[in-house]
Amino acid sequence: MTPKYLLKRLGQAILTFLVTMTVSFLLYQAMPGGPTEAMRSVILSQSGGSVDIDRLNRMIQLYTNVNPDQPMHVQYFNYASDVILRQDLGTSFFKNEKVTTLIMQRIPWSMFISVYALALGYSLSIFLGVMTAYREKSRFDSTVSSLIIGLNSIPYYIVGVVLIYFLAIQNNYFPTGGRIGSGIVAGYNPEFMLSLVKHAALPAISMGALATSGALAMRGNAIRVLGEDYIRVAQLRGLRETRIATQYLGHNSILPMYTQFMIGIAGVFSSAVIVEEVFAYPGMGLLMFEAVKTQDYPLLMGTLIVFTAISLTAIFIADLTYTLIDPRISVGEE
Amino acid sequence: MSEAHSDSFDLKDLYDEDIDPDPESRADRAKRFLEMNIVAPARIAVDDWRALVGGAILAFFLLMGTVGVWLVERPTSGDAPVLAAPFESLAYPLGTDVFGQPIHAQLIHATPGMFKMIFAGAVVSVGFAALVGVVAGFEHGTRIDSFLMTITDVVITIPGLPLIIVITAIFQPENPYIVGVFLGIDNWPGLARTVRSQVLSIREESYVEASEIMGIPLSSILRRDILSQLMPYVMINGALTSRRIIFESVGLYFLGILPFTTFNWGVMMNLAYEGNALTRPDMLPWMVAPMVCIFLLSFGLVLLSQGLDSLFNVRLRARHAKTSKKKGTSKNNQSQATGGD
Repeated sequence: MTPKYLLKRLGQAILTFLVTMTVSFLLYQAMPGGPTEAMRSVILSQSGGSVDIDRLNRMIQLYTNVNPDQPMHVQYFNYASDVILRQDLGTSFFKNEKVTTLIMQRIPWSMFISVYALALGYSLSIFLGVMTAYREKSRFDSTVSSLIIGLNSIPYYIVGVVLIYFLAIQNNYFPTGGRIGSGIVAGYNPEFMLSLVKHAALPAISMGALATSGALAMRGNAIRVLGEDYIRVAQLRGLRETRIATQYLGHNSILPMYTQFMIGIAGVFSSAVIVEEVFAYPGMGLLMFEAVKTQDYPLLMGTLIVFTAISLTAIFIADLTYTLIDPRISVGEE
Repeated sequence: MSEAHSDSFDLKDLYDEDIDPDPESRADRAKRFLEMNIVAPARIAVDDWRALVGGAILAFFLLMGTVGVWLVERPTSGDAPVLAAPFESLAYPLGTDVFGQPIHAQLIHATPGMFKMIFAGAVVSVGFAALVGVVAGFEHGTRIDSFLMTITDVVITIPGLPLIIVITAIFQPENPYIVGVFLGIDNWPGLARTVRSQVLSIREESYVEASEIMGIPLSSILRRDILSQLMPYVMINGALTSRRIIFESVGLYFLGILPFTTFNWGVMMNLAYEGNALTRPDMLPWMVAPMVCIFLLSFGLVLLSQGLDSLFNVRLRARHAKTSKKKGTSKNNQSQATGGD
């Protein structure tokens, strides 16, 4: 692992974070009628009565860290230093709490289902991709490939709705929503654990459906690798089929997929917004949804920034594992 | 004179022993053109059921959005009895919703907006991706390339859906074209990277090098050697991008984040879901019908993109153009062709 490669990836992550922060600042400015006009009614409905413009601007600064009174560059500087140095994303209009506190309470829940969805979706797409390629043109291949095409034509949230209908409403295998059963004490007891898993299962599966879109590309890669000489040599050496399939075929066909998988992380994380609403799963996505519904702009921008930060961290961690899989990376670029 | 003639004859003997020495006539050339560009693709399309089915599904929805809108009246509340069951009356074959609006009419009147959104989103994202990819690929190694790729990487890693949600929450777009453009914002970077790497590998081809050495202007090289090679990728990815636009736009309407100004499949799903349609069998058609539409349209697009893949496959096309050797290629043959790629 060369430090140069890592530094480059780290720099890219930091740049992306700065860009997102700038975008959120610019979006405040681009609100129809300017930030003062756009947020006036929301703030007024909160505090009641009329306020003069100075007081309004001060309140906006209090909530959003953006003071419309100051010149643009000063505003931007203040906003950026609040976000970066003080990890202060402002205060929610309606919940009267720091945005960071609100988000921090929700992050573990979203991470829980997202990470399971990723693990589920990616391992399934790698496994199915390699297996279908290995048995190319068999009945297994055509059945599984058609199933994957079918699954890729269904939006993940519809997968969620269908799962709720069949597994939670028609049959009582899983709860229809929420993150924990009522009246269950939190702690390391089996009921709590079981309830936790049961509530997270359906959201994770429907988000995982999104992550299986790589299976067909994986199949194509694996078919290409199958034509390579080293596979033939391995077969001639009389190696076991499982070893060829995993160490020769699987390993080498994952490499070109790696970037696609890393890009997919951001997609799966952000799918939480819709999935959590469908399952009424109180994670960060649902928080963002509530923020949209109530026009709670500080909370909205905060969730966008935190979503980005989480995706960047996950992608960076995935980047670290890339060196374990691809020995070439220690040699140099690309 | 006669010596030269015999000389050239000798050369021909030497080199072209098994090549037909007759020059190609114009009729032959026209026939070959027809064979390669129309007959063979059509034959592949018929052979490859995916392109056929995908195209048929897409054509069905296009008809629904154009002719269907003329044939079926725009639904209004109280048109029909509330929550009529499907398949019982010809006036509302798919049943009605809680406002008494026939479901099939809502589905039909949602289609034009859907296509406007898909069109705007696909044009913006595919066009932008192709532009960025081609420029970056051609300026490979320069500052322009690294600048464009840095932007691409930044946009790739920003979670697209939350960004779009924030943007739509602030600007509340009502025009389907603008919704499509917003949705296109996070759909271009992946394709831009693919296009760039394609351009890079095409540039290495000897015929492009030959064109450069021959002094053919850059614009012609771009148009004739590179864009023609890129078209398949752009078309295939255009179909897949359209699918993503459908997913995201319907998702945002389903969440109720985009303003409910027109008929939309996602709006229908939202109203039904909020009304607990899942636990009420009489409301289920209202929920299921738009879901089936979304599935069918995306399925059609995915099939079409895969069918296009083989339609644009030069090797496949050449095989189908040879009338003598049609179909029935042995399993061995085909796996070798794919393996040798």
